[in-house]
Amino acid sequence: MNRVVITGAGTINALGGSVPETLQAMREGQLGIGPLQMRDLDRLSVKIGGQIKDFDPETHFDRQKLALYDRVTQLVLLASREAMAQSGLEITEELSETTGVVLGTAAGGMNTWDDNFRSVYEEGKNRVHPFVVPKLMTNAAASHLSMAYNIKGPSLTVSTACASSNHAIGLAFQMVRSGMARAMLAGGGDAMLTFGGVKAWEGLRVMSKTACRPFSANRSGMVQGEGAGVFVLETYEGAKARGAEILAELIGFSMTSDAGDIVMPNQQGAVRAIRGALRDACLDPQDIGYINAHGTGTAANDKTECAAVMEAFGAHAPALMMSSTKSMHGHLIGGTGAVELLACLMALRDGVIAPTIGYEQPDPNCALDVVPNVARQAKVTATLSNAFAFGGMNAVLALKAI
Amino acid sequence: MSVKDKVVQIIAEQGLLDVADVSLTATLEELGIDSLGVVESIFAIEEEFDIEVPFNANAPQESEFDISSVATIISAVETLVAEQT
Repeated sequence: MNRVVITGAGTINALGGSVPETLQAMREGQLGIGPLQMRDLDRLSVKIGGQIKDFDPETHFDRQKLALYDRVTQLVLLASREAMAQSGLEITEELSETTGVVLGTAAGGMNTWDDNFRSVYEEGKNRVHPFVVPKLMTNAAASHLSMAYNIKGPSLTVSTACASSNHAIGLAFQMVRSGMARAMLAGGGDAMLTFGGVKAWEGLRVMSKTACRPFSANRSGMVQGEGAGVFVLETYEGAKARGAEILAELIGFSMTSDAGDIVMPNQQGAVRAIRGALRDACLDPQDIGYINAHGTGTAANDKTECAAVMEAFGAHAPALMMSSTKSMHGHLIGGTGAVELLACLMALRDGVIAPTIGYEQPDPNCALDVVPNVARQAKVTATLSNAFAFGGMNAVLALKAI
Repeated sequence: MSVKDKVVQIIAEQGLLDVADVSLTATLEELGIDSLGVVESIFAIEEEFDIEVPFNANAPQESEFDISSVATIISAVETLVAEQT
Protein backbone atom coordinates (compact mmCIF):
# COMPACT_ATOMS: atom_id res chain seq x y z
CA MET A 1 0.00 0.00 0.00
CA ASN A 2 1.29 3.44 -0.96
CA ARG A 3 1.15 6.48 1.24
CA VAL A 4 -0.84 9.19 -0.55
CA VAL A 5 -0.04 12.89 -0.38
CA ILE A 6 -1.46 16.11 -1.77
CA THR A 7 1.09 18.21 -3.65
CA GLY A 8 -1.15 20.74 -5.37
CA ALA A 9 -4.43 22.54 -4.71
CA GLY A 10 -6.50 24.88 -6.81
CA THR A 11 -9.88 26.55 -6.57
CA ILE A 12 -12.22 29.22 -7.77
CA ASN A 13 -15.30 30.05 -5.71
CA ALA A 14 -17.17 33.02 -4.31
CA LEU A 15 -14.34 33.74 -1.86
CA GLY A 16 -11.64 34.01 -4.49
CA GLY A 17 -10.04 32.85 -7.69
CA SER A 18 -7.19 30.94 -6.05
CA VAL A 19 -6.27 28.96 -2.93
CA PRO A 20 -4.36 31.85 -1.26
CA GLU A 21 -7.30 34.23 -1.82
CA THR A 22 -9.78 31.67 -0.52
CA LEU A 23 -7.75 30.86 2.58
CA GLN A 24 -7.20 34.55 3.27
CA ALA A 25 -10.98 35.07 3.09
CA MET A 26 -11.61 32.12 5.40
CA ARG A 27 -9.02 33.42 7.85
CA GLU A 28 -10.77 36.79 7.89
CA GLY A 29 -14.24 35.27 8.06
CA GLN A 30 -15.30 37.03 4.88
CA LEU A 31 -18.76 36.61 3.43
CA GLY A 32 -18.79 35.52 -0.21
CA ILE A 33 -22.57 35.31 -0.29
CA GLY A 34 -24.49 38.24 -1.72
CA PRO A 35 -27.30 39.32 -4.04
CA LEU A 36 -27.55 37.09 -7.10
CA GLN A 37 -26.98 38.56 -10.53
CA MET A 38 -29.15 36.60 -12.90
CA ARG A 39 -31.72 36.87 -15.62
CA ASP A 40 -35.36 36.89 -14.39
CA LEU A 41 -34.27 37.47 -10.80
CA ASP A 42 -37.67 39.02 -10.05
CA ARG A 43 -39.26 35.60 -10.55
CA LEU A 44 -37.09 34.00 -7.85
CA SER A 45 -38.00 34.05 -4.18
CA VAL A 46 -34.42 33.18 -3.13
CA LYS A 47 -32.22 36.02 -4.32
CA ILE A 48 -28.87 35.37 -2.61
CA GLY A 49 -26.00 33.01 -3.37
CA GLY A 50 -22.28 32.45 -3.31
CA GLN A 51 -21.81 33.55 -6.90
CA ILE A 52 -18.45 34.03 -8.61
CA LYS A 53 -18.59 37.66 -9.71
CA ASP A 54 -16.64 39.49 -12.39
CA PHE A 55 -15.67 36.30 -14.14
CA ASP A 56 -14.83 36.68 -17.80
CA PRO A 57 -14.21 33.27 -19.42
CA GLU A 58 -12.65 34.88 -22.50
CA THR A 59 -9.67 36.07 -20.50
CA HIS A 60 -8.88 32.43 -19.64
CA PHE A 61 -9.93 30.39 -22.68
CA ASP A 62 -10.04 30.92 -26.44
CA ARG A 63 -13.38 31.08 -28.19
CA GLN A 64 -13.03 27.71 -29.87
CA LYS A 65 -12.57 26.01 -26.51
CA LEU A 66 -15.38 27.98 -24.91
CA ALA A 67 -17.82 26.53 -27.43
CA LEU A 68 -17.19 23.23 -25.63
CA TYR A 69 -16.82 24.41 -22.03
CA ASP A 70 -19.86 24.77 -19.80
CA ARG A 71 -19.26 27.11 -16.84
CA VAL A 72 -18.52 24.12 -14.58
CA THR A 73 -15.81 22.90 -16.97
CA GLN A 74 -14.29 26.38 -17.03
CA LEU A 75 -14.18 26.53 -13.23
CA VAL A 76 -12.69 23.03 -12.92
CA LEU A 77 -10.02 23.78 -15.53
CA LEU A 78 -9.03 26.99 -13.78
CA ALA A 79 -8.76 25.19 -10.45
CA SER A 80 -6.67 22.43 -12.04
CA ARG A 81 -4.23 24.96 -13.55
CA GLU A 82 -3.48 26.29 -10.09
CA ALA A 83 -3.17 22.79 -8.59
CA MET A 84 -0.88 21.54 -11.34
CA ALA A 85 1.30 24.64 -11.20
CA GLN A 86 1.74 24.31 -7.45
CA SER A 87 2.45 20.60 -7.63
CA GLY A 88 4.97 20.93 -10.46
CA LEU A 89 4.00 17.42 -11.52
CA GLU A 90 5.01 16.79 -15.09
CA ILE A 91 2.85 14.21 -16.81
CA THR A 92 5.46 12.51 -18.95
CA GLU A 93 4.50 9.86 -21.52
CA GLU A 94 5.63 7.30 -18.99
CA LEU A 95 3.52 8.71 -16.16
CA SER A 96 0.55 9.43 -18.39
CA GLU A 97 -0.95 5.94 -18.41
CA THR A 98 -0.80 5.60 -14.65
CA THR A 99 -2.34 9.00 -13.95
CA GLY A 100 -6.08 9.62 -13.88
CA VAL A 101 -8.83 12.09 -13.05
CA VAL A 102 -11.76 11.63 -10.69
CA LEU A 103 -14.13 14.54 -10.37
CA GLY A 104 -17.40 14.95 -8.51
CA THR A 105 -20.34 16.96 -9.77
CA ALA A 106 -24.04 16.85 -9.02
CA ALA A 107 -25.43 18.83 -11.93
CA GLY A 108 -22.68 18.80 -14.57
CA GLY A 109 -23.32 21.27 -17.36
CA MET A 110 -26.34 22.91 -15.77
CA ASN A 111 -25.86 26.25 -17.56
CA THR A 112 -25.93 24.48 -20.89
CA TRP A 113 -29.13 22.62 -20.01
CA ASP A 114 -30.69 25.82 -18.75
CA ASP A 115 -29.75 28.00 -21.72
CA ASN A 116 -30.80 25.46 -24.31
CA PHE A 117 -34.08 24.49 -22.65
CA ARG A 118 -34.90 28.18 -22.57
CA SER A 119 -34.06 28.49 -26.21
CA VAL A 120 -36.21 25.56 -27.39
CA TYR A 121 -39.09 25.89 -24.93
CA GLU A 122 -39.39 29.60 -24.21
CA GLU A 123 -38.01 31.11 -27.37
CA GLY A 124 -39.44 28.39 -29.59
CA LYS A 125 -36.21 27.76 -31.46
CA ASN A 126 -35.99 24.50 -33.36
CA ARG A 127 -32.23 24.22 -33.52
CA VAL A 128 -29.49 24.18 -30.88
CA HIS A 129 -25.72 24.44 -31.13
CA PRO A 130 -24.08 21.16 -32.25
CA PHE A 131 -22.00 20.90 -29.05
CA VAL A 132 -24.84 20.92 -26.53
CA VAL A 133 -24.42 17.25 -25.63
CA PRO A 134 -20.62 17.21 -25.20
CA LYS A 135 -20.90 20.47 -23.27
CA LEU A 136 -23.52 19.39 -20.75
CA MET A 137 -22.50 15.77 -20.08
CA THR A 138 -21.47 15.28 -16.47
CA ASN A 139 -18.08 13.81 -17.41
CA ALA A 140 -17.17 16.77 -19.66
CA ALA A 141 -15.00 18.52 -17.07
CA ALA A 142 -13.06 15.33 -16.26
CA SER A 143 -12.55 14.67 -19.97
CA HIS A 144 -11.26 18.17 -20.68
CA LEU A 145 -8.95 17.88 -17.71
CA SER A 146 -7.52 14.61 -19.05
CA MET A 147 -7.01 16.25 -22.44
CA ALA A 148 -5.42 19.36 -20.99
CA TYR A 149 -2.71 17.35 -19.23
CA ASN A 150 -2.42 14.24 -21.42
CA ILE A 151 -3.75 12.00 -18.67
CA LYS A 152 -4.43 8.52 -20.07
CA GLY A 153 -5.13 6.37 -17.01
CA PRO A 154 -8.40 5.81 -15.11
CA SER A 155 -10.68 8.85 -15.42
CA LEU A 156 -14.31 9.21 -14.44
CA THR A 157 -16.92 11.42 -12.82
CA VAL A 158 -18.88 10.48 -9.75
CA SER A 159 -22.19 11.99 -8.84
CA THR A 160 -23.46 11.65 -5.29
CA ALA A 161 -25.19 15.00 -4.86
CA CYS A 162 -23.52 17.04 -2.11
CA ALA A 163 -20.94 14.33 -1.34
CA SER A 164 -19.69 14.08 -4.95
CA SER A 165 -16.29 15.71 -4.39
CA ASN A 166 -15.56 13.74 -1.23
CA HIS A 167 -16.37 10.52 -3.05
CA ALA A 168 -14.17 11.63 -5.97
CA ILE A 169 -11.20 12.49 -3.76
CA GLY A 170 -11.71 9.30 -1.75
CA LEU A 171 -11.75 7.10 -4.85
CA ALA A 172 -8.65 8.80 -6.25
CA PHE A 173 -6.96 8.28 -2.87
CA GLN A 174 -7.79 4.57 -3.00
CA MET A 175 -6.45 4.30 -6.55
CA VAL A 176 -3.08 5.78 -5.59
CA ARG A 177 -2.93 3.86 -2.32
CA SER A 178 -3.58 0.54 -4.04
CA GLY A 179 -1.04 1.17 -6.77
CA MET A 180 -3.65 1.36 -9.53
CA ALA A 181 -2.45 4.89 -10.30
CA ARG A 182 0.72 6.79 -9.46
CA ALA A 183 -0.90 10.19 -9.51
CA MET A 184 -4.46 11.49 -9.71
CA LEU A 185 -6.18 14.80 -10.21
CA ALA A 186 -9.21 14.79 -7.94
CA GLY A 187 -11.88 17.18 -6.76
CA GLY A 188 -15.02 18.53 -8.27
CA GLY A 189 -17.22 21.43 -9.14
CA ASP A 190 -20.73 22.62 -9.74
CA ALA A 191 -22.26 25.70 -11.34
CA MET A 192 -25.90 25.31 -10.43
CA LEU A 193 -26.61 29.00 -9.92
CA THR A 194 -28.83 29.22 -12.97
CA PHE A 195 -32.46 30.30 -13.01
CA GLY A 196 -33.60 26.66 -13.24
CA GLY A 197 -31.05 25.52 -10.69
CA VAL A 198 -32.17 28.05 -8.09
CA LYS A 199 -35.84 27.38 -8.85
CA ALA A 200 -35.28 23.67 -8.26
CA TRP A 201 -33.76 24.32 -4.82
CA GLU A 202 -36.48 26.85 -3.97
CA GLY A 203 -39.02 24.11 -4.54
CA LEU A 204 -37.67 22.04 -1.68
CA ARG A 205 -38.28 24.89 0.82
CA VAL A 206 -34.96 24.48 2.57
CA MET A 207 -33.27 27.62 1.26
CA SER A 208 -32.56 30.69 3.34
CA LYS A 209 -33.50 34.07 1.94
CA THR A 210 -31.09 35.87 4.24
CA ALA A 211 -27.89 33.99 5.20
CA CYS A 212 -26.32 30.60 5.81
CA ARG A 213 -25.94 30.29 9.60
CA PRO A 214 -24.80 26.74 10.33
CA PHE A 215 -25.31 25.51 13.92
CA SER A 216 -26.88 28.82 15.00
CA ALA A 217 -30.28 28.41 16.67
CA ASN A 218 -31.78 30.99 14.30
CA ARG A 219 -30.48 29.30 11.14
CA SER A 220 -32.93 29.45 8.27
CA GLY A 221 -31.57 27.07 5.67
CA MET A 222 -28.93 26.63 3.05
CA VAL A 223 -27.52 29.07 0.49
CA GLN A 224 -26.31 27.89 -2.89
CA GLY A 225 -22.79 28.58 -4.10
CA GLU A 226 -20.75 27.65 -7.14
CA GLY A 227 -17.16 26.84 -7.93
CA ALA A 228 -14.55 24.11 -8.10
CA GLY A 229 -11.61 22.62 -6.25
CA VAL A 230 -8.94 20.32 -7.68
CA PHE A 231 -6.06 18.52 -5.94
CA VAL A 232 -3.00 16.66 -7.15
CA LEU A 233 -2.63 13.34 -5.34
CA GLU A 234 0.45 11.20 -5.68
CA THR A 235 2.48 8.63 -3.81
CA TYR A 236 4.59 9.86 -0.93
CA GLU A 237 7.59 8.15 -2.50
CA GLY A 238 7.01 9.82 -5.85
CA ALA A 239 6.56 13.25 -4.30
CA LYS A 240 9.70 12.82 -2.20
CA ALA A 241 11.72 11.58 -5.15
CA ARG A 242 10.95 14.66 -7.21
CA GLY A 243 11.33 17.02 -4.26
CA ALA A 244 7.74 18.25 -4.35
CA GLU A 245 6.28 20.22 -1.49
CA ILE A 246 3.75 18.07 0.36
CA LEU A 247 0.64 19.90 1.56
CA ALA A 248 -0.83 17.06 3.62
CA GLU A 249 -1.21 13.30 3.66
CA LEU A 250 -4.54 11.65 2.89
CA ILE A 251 -4.82 8.78 5.33
CA GLY A 252 -8.41 7.59 5.40
CA PHE A 253 -11.71 7.43 3.55
CA SER A 254 -15.05 5.90 4.28
CA MET A 255 -18.37 5.85 2.49
CA THR A 256 -21.72 4.61 3.77
CA SER A 257 -25.35 4.68 2.69
CA ASP A 258 -28.27 5.35 5.00
CA ALA A 259 -30.74 3.17 3.11
CA GLY A 260 -33.33 5.44 4.69
CA ASP A 261 -34.79 8.63 3.33
CA ILE A 262 -34.14 10.42 0.04
CA VAL A 263 -33.58 13.79 1.72
CA MET A 264 -33.52 13.43 5.51
CA PRO A 265 -30.07 12.73 6.99
CA ASN A 266 -29.48 9.76 9.24
CA GLN A 267 -27.34 9.85 12.36
CA GLN A 268 -26.22 6.23 12.14
CA GLY A 269 -25.16 6.56 8.50
CA ALA A 270 -23.03 9.57 9.46
CA VAL A 271 -21.57 7.85 12.55
CA ARG A 272 -20.61 4.80 10.51
CA ALA A 273 -18.90 7.02 7.91
CA ILE A 274 -16.94 8.94 10.57
CA ARG A 275 -15.88 5.78 12.39
CA GLY A 276 -15.01 4.13 9.08
CA ALA A 277 -12.70 7.00 8.12
CA LEU A 278 -10.97 6.86 11.53
CA ARG A 279 -10.53 3.10 11.23
CA ASP A 280 -9.21 3.36 7.67
CA ALA A 281 -6.75 6.01 8.85
CA CYS A 282 -5.74 3.97 11.94
CA LEU A 283 -6.62 6.97 14.11
CA ASP A 284 -8.28 7.19 17.51
CA PRO A 285 -11.04 9.77 18.01
CA GLN A 286 -8.75 11.90 20.20
CA ASP A 287 -6.28 12.30 17.32
CA ILE A 288 -8.72 14.54 15.45
CA GLY A 289 -8.38 18.24 16.23
CA TYR A 290 -10.63 19.70 13.53
CA ILE A 291 -13.59 18.58 11.44
CA ASN A 292 -14.76 20.45 8.40
CA ALA A 293 -18.48 19.93 8.84
CA HIS A 294 -21.03 19.28 6.16
CA GLY A 295 -22.85 22.09 8.04
CA THR A 296 -25.45 23.12 5.48
CA GLY A 297 -27.37 25.42 7.81
CA THR A 298 -30.59 23.42 7.52
CA ALA A 299 -32.43 22.35 10.64
CA ALA A 300 -32.15 18.69 9.71
CA ASN A 301 -28.46 18.47 8.74
CA ASP A 302 -26.90 20.46 11.55
CA LYS A 303 -28.78 18.68 14.33
CA THR A 304 -28.08 15.23 12.89
CA GLU A 305 -24.43 15.97 12.13
CA CYS A 306 -23.75 17.26 15.65
CA ALA A 307 -25.45 14.23 17.18
CA ALA A 308 -23.37 11.96 14.96
CA VAL A 309 -20.11 13.69 15.94
CA MET A 310 -21.09 13.48 19.63
CA GLU A 311 -21.76 9.77 19.26
CA ALA A 312 -18.65 8.97 17.21
CA PHE A 313 -16.25 11.02 19.35
CA GLY A 314 -17.80 10.50 22.79
CA ALA A 315 -15.73 12.15 25.51
CA HIS A 316 -13.44 13.80 22.95
CA ALA A 317 -16.33 15.66 21.20
CA PRO A 318 -16.18 18.80 23.38
CA ALA A 319 -12.43 19.10 22.78
CA LEU A 320 -12.52 19.16 18.99
CA MET A 321 -13.32 22.06 16.70
CA MET A 322 -15.84 21.75 13.89
CA SER A 323 -16.72 24.55 11.51
CA SER A 324 -18.76 25.00 8.38
CA THR A 325 -17.19 27.18 5.73
CA LYS A 326 -20.46 27.02 3.76
CA SER A 327 -21.37 30.05 5.87
CA MET A 328 -18.85 31.97 3.74
CA HIS A 329 -18.83 30.40 0.25
CA GLY A 330 -22.29 28.84 0.24
CA HIS A 331 -23.10 25.25 -0.64
CA LEU A 332 -21.23 24.32 -3.80
CA ILE A 333 -23.39 21.16 -4.11
CA GLY A 334 -21.21 18.55 -5.86
CA GLY A 335 -18.15 20.77 -5.66
CA THR A 336 -18.45 21.61 -2.00
CA GLY A 337 -16.19 18.90 -0.51
CA ALA A 338 -13.29 19.97 -2.72
CA VAL A 339 -13.38 23.61 -1.64
CA GLU A 340 -13.97 22.61 1.99
CA LEU A 341 -10.90 20.36 1.98
CA LEU A 342 -8.91 23.60 1.73
CA ALA A 343 -10.01 24.46 5.27
CA CYS A 344 -8.47 21.15 6.41
CA LEU A 345 -5.22 21.97 4.61
CA MET A 346 -5.16 25.39 6.29
CA ALA A 347 -5.70 23.81 9.71
CA LEU A 348 -2.92 21.26 9.17
CA ARG A 349 -0.37 23.55 7.48
CA ASP A 350 -0.98 26.98 8.92
CA GLY A 351 -2.58 26.13 12.26
CA VAL A 352 -5.56 28.33 11.38
CA ILE A 353 -9.08 27.03 11.92
CA ALA A 354 -11.65 28.54 9.55
CA PRO A 355 -14.67 29.95 11.39
CA THR A 356 -18.41 29.34 11.05
CA ILE A 357 -19.58 32.87 10.30
CA GLY A 358 -23.11 34.22 10.71
CA TYR A 359 -23.33 32.47 14.06
CA GLU A 360 -25.71 34.34 16.36
CA GLN A 361 -27.40 32.03 18.88
CA PRO A 362 -26.23 28.81 20.53
CA ASP A 363 -28.38 25.80 19.77
CA PRO A 364 -28.50 23.05 22.42
CA ASN A 365 -28.80 20.55 19.56
CA CYS A 366 -25.45 21.73 18.21
CA ALA A 367 -23.45 22.01 21.41
CA LEU A 368 -19.97 21.63 19.89
CA ASP A 369 -17.13 24.10 19.43
CA VAL A 370 -18.17 25.38 16.01
CA VAL A 371 -15.48 28.12 15.95
CA PRO A 372 -18.09 30.88 15.81
CA ASN A 373 -17.45 33.91 13.60
CA VAL A 374 -13.71 34.32 14.16
CA ALA A 375 -10.86 32.11 12.91
CA ARG A 376 -8.64 30.56 15.53
CA GLN A 377 -4.99 29.60 15.87
CA ALA A 378 -4.58 25.99 16.90
CA LYS A 379 -2.14 23.20 16.36
CA VAL A 380 -3.89 20.34 14.66
CA THR A 381 -2.28 17.14 13.42
CA ALA A 382 -5.27 15.30 11.93
CA THR A 383 -8.60 16.41 10.47
CA LEU A 384 -11.77 14.99 8.96
CA SER A 385 -13.94 16.42 6.21
CA ASN A 386 -17.61 15.38 6.30
CA ALA A 387 -20.08 15.15 3.44
CA PHE A 388 -23.58 13.78 3.97
CA ALA A 389 -25.56 13.93 0.75
CA PHE A 390 -29.18 13.78 -0.28
CA GLY A 391 -29.93 10.18 -1.09
CA GLY A 392 -28.26 9.17 2.17
CA MET A 393 -24.79 8.84 0.69
CA ASN A 394 -22.02 9.78 3.09
CA ALA A 395 -18.31 10.25 2.49
CA VAL A 396 -15.69 11.22 5.07
CA LEU A 397 -12.01 11.94 4.36
CA ALA A 398 -9.18 11.88 6.91
CA LEU A 399 -5.99 13.94 6.53
CA LYS A 400 -2.78 14.25 8.48
CA ALA A 401 -0.13 16.95 8.70
CA ILE A 402 3.25 16.08 7.28
CA MET B 1 -65.95 23.07 -3.91
CA SER B 2 -65.01 25.18 -0.87
CA VAL B 3 -61.45 26.01 0.16
CA LYS B 4 -61.91 23.62 3.06
CA ASP B 5 -62.99 20.72 0.85
CA LYS B 6 -60.17 21.28 -1.60
CA VAL B 7 -57.52 21.45 1.14
CA VAL B 8 -58.89 18.29 2.75
CA GLN B 9 -58.79 16.57 -0.61
CA ILE B 10 -55.14 17.55 -1.14
CA ILE B 11 -54.18 16.33 2.33
CA ALA B 12 -56.13 13.09 1.87
CA GLU B 13 -54.33 12.44 -1.36
CA GLN B 14 -50.95 13.09 0.24
CA GLY B 15 -51.71 10.79 3.18
CA LEU B 16 -53.29 8.10 0.96
CA LEU B 17 -56.49 8.46 2.99
CA ASP B 18 -60.21 8.78 2.37
CA VAL B 19 -61.45 12.34 2.62
CA ALA B 20 -63.71 11.19 5.44
CA ASP B 21 -60.70 10.10 7.49
CA VAL B 22 -59.07 13.54 7.50
CA SER B 23 -59.99 14.98 10.89
CA LEU B 24 -59.79 18.76 11.12
CA THR B 25 -58.04 18.56 14.46
CA ALA B 26 -55.39 16.12 13.26
CA THR B 27 -51.80 17.14 12.68
CA LEU B 28 -50.19 16.20 9.37
CA GLU B 29 -47.87 13.86 11.25
CA GLU B 30 -50.87 12.01 12.69
CA LEU B 31 -52.15 11.59 9.14
CA GLY B 32 -48.87 9.93 8.19
CA ILE B 33 -47.49 12.89 6.21
CA ASP B 34 -43.72 13.35 6.66
CA SER B 35 -41.63 16.45 5.99
CA LEU B 36 -41.38 15.80 2.26
CA GLY B 37 -45.16 15.21 2.22
CA VAL B 38 -45.68 18.58 3.91
CA VAL B 39 -43.63 20.34 1.25
CA GLU B 40 -45.53 18.48 -1.47
CA SER B 41 -48.90 19.37 0.09
CA ILE B 42 -47.96 23.04 0.20
CA PHE B 43 -46.90 22.89 -3.43
CA ALA B 44 -50.28 21.32 -4.32
CA ILE B 45 -52.11 24.03 -2.36
CA GLU B 46 -50.17 26.77 -4.15
CA GLU B 47 -50.97 25.25 -7.52
CA GLU B 48 -54.65 24.71 -6.68
CA PHE B 49 -55.33 28.23 -5.40
CA ASP B 50 -52.65 30.11 -7.34
CA ILE B 51 -51.20 31.56 -4.15
CA GLU B 52 -47.73 31.87 -2.58
CA VAL B 53 -47.51 30.08 0.75
CA PRO B 54 -44.80 31.49 3.06
CA PHE B 55 -43.20 28.31 4.39
CA ASN B 56 -39.61 27.36 5.25
CA ALA B 57 -39.08 23.68 6.08
CA ASN B 58 -36.22 24.63 8.40
CA ALA B 59 -38.51 26.40 10.83
CA PRO B 60 -42.10 25.32 10.17
CA GLN B 61 -43.23 26.68 13.55
CA GLU B 62 -41.83 30.12 12.71
CA SER B 63 -43.32 30.34 9.23
CA GLU B 64 -46.25 32.71 8.88
CA PHE B 65 -48.22 29.77 7.56
CA ASP B 66 -49.54 27.69 10.48
CA ILE B 67 -49.43 23.98 9.68
CA SER B 68 -50.08 22.70 13.20
CA SER B 69 -53.38 21.06 12.20
CA VAL B 70 -55.66 20.54 9.22
CA ALA B 71 -57.95 23.30 10.53
CA THR B 72 -55.14 25.85 10.87
CA ILE B 73 -53.98 25.07 7.33
CA ILE B 74 -57.50 25.60 5.99
CA SER B 75 -57.83 28.90 7.79
CA ALA B 76 -54.39 30.06 6.59
CA VAL B 77 -55.28 29.16 3.01
CA GLU B 78 -58.63 30.99 3.33
CA THR B 79 -56.76 34.10 4.46
CA LEU B 80 -54.30 33.90 1.57
CA VAL B 81 -57.11 33.33 -0.95
CA ALA B 82 -59.06 36.29 0.48
CA GLU B 83 -55.95 38.51 0.25
CA GLN B 84 -55.59 37.41 -3.35
CA THR B 85 -58.98 38.77 -4.45
